[in-house]
Amino acid sequence: MENLFINIARTLSDWLLQLGLSHFWTDLVLLVVQWTAIILIITLNVIILVWLERKISGFIQQRLGPNRLGPFGCFQTIADTLKLLTKEDIIPSQTDKLIFKTAPMFFIIVSVLLYAVIPMGKDMVVVDLNVGLFYFISVGSLTTIAILMAGWSSNNKWSLLGAMRSVAQMISYEIPLAFSLLGVVMIAGSLNLSAIVAAQSNIWFIVLQPVAFVTYFIAATAELNRGPFDMPEAEQELTAGAYTEYTGMRWALFFLAEYTNLVAVSALAATLFFGGWQGPLLPSWMWIIIKTYLIMLVFMWMKWTFPRIRMDHLMSLSWKVLVPVSLINILVTGVGIEIFKGMGW
Amino acid sequence: MSDHAALGVFLILTLVFPVAAMAAAWLFRVKSAPTREKLLPYECGVDPKGSGWMRFRVNYFLYALVFLVFDIETIFLYPWAVKFQSLGLFAFVEMIVFIAILALGLWYAWKEGALQWY
Repeated sequence: MENLFINIARTLSDWLLQLGLSHFWTDLVLLVVQWTAIILIITLNVIILVWLERKISGFIQQRLGPNRLGPFGCFQTIADTLKLLTKEDIIPSQTDKLIFKTAPMFFIIVSVLLYAVIPMGKDMVVVDLNVGLFYFISVGSLTTIAILMAGWSSNNKWSLLGAMRSVAQMISYEIPLAFSLLGVVMIAGSLNLSAIVAAQSNIWFIVLQPVAFVTYFIAATAELNRGPFDMPEAEQELTAGAYTEYTGMRWALFFLAEYTNLVAVSALAATLFFGGWQGPLLPSWMWIIIKTYLIMLVFMWMKWTFPRIRMDHLMSLSWKVLVPVSLINILVTGVGIEIFKGMGW
Repeated sequence: MSDHAALGVFLILTLVFPVAAMAAAWLFRVKSAPTREKLLPYECGVDPKGSGWMRFRVNYFLYALVFLVFDIETIFLYPWAVKFQSLGLFAFVEMIVFIAILALGLWYAWKEGALQWY
């Protein structure tokens, strides 16, 4: 079980090499297979997550949630997806059409690209990039542009307001997010995600970097535009924020991308702070799934428990609390490493 | 294949995904001829007044400026953090100087009211 997927990949590559393909083409075919697997994982996860989120919100608000289609309503998301496929495609007449059409595509492309570097098990990573963490942060920050594109091109007041709020919020929380991960990098001494996982074989970084984890978690919630930081999409005042004008599949792509980002950010949290795929008994790829889902459950729990935060409070939380705290965290981590080194650990 | 080439291939493959999704939607969706009213920007059912491309507060711009400064500093901090353990005391002193400069910048922006949301 442990090497299930690795064995499949090895068998495939051996078979291809036997067929007389060169190493380059074998690598290419393997990459296509891995990419397809990732797309399948993403879509499957999103279908489960949307259902799970609706069920959990129902549980928290003491109602039933989806319960008609299939046992516990588990086919509800599939029905919704089919419905979205058949919806007519409306592009309002005054929009900037090119940007309007590219925005959802750009969003989903950026979200899928994040999965290239996440280790999904022992030796199970598509591209074991030496600057993996840096890649993740820089590509992840591009989502801001997608939302701005959507909001600006819609030529709608709700959209523009939502997009501007979203950009202000996301760039503000980008800083504590990037700073909080510096502590982890300092201890691990590498930006390679596999190396960071390996560095946690004795002790998880959540123990060494609790402040960094809390900062990362809050900043990530804001980056995802999830509640309690969902001012950009505050449906009671902004309709749907930047997504107001989108219909059918274009809207579905935004939705898909948001949940894709949620999984990616949770998987990164599991990788950096909870030992990644390491764990006893169960195979490694099972452990990362368990850890990722536990973190996502906390995200959902937070969203449905806390009321929305006011815009000025939201901004001051980032700049006046999280940024100083994460700076101090870097300082304390540096002092701690020097002290431990001095003690000869 | 090198890591960067693999990433490039991954990017090209990913470009296919949304295009395929849109193509599938194009196959299945209802083709309609919407009326003029249906193509108006949504404003709670009322005909919109003026363009949606309106002016917005300068606040957003101030935040963007502060963000830019800090984001560039982040880029410098990452390589430093990777090499922190092997550089020893030099890196440690360097860190205190650098974070002091960062804190000074933050304090200045705070004092000037750039972090105040109106």
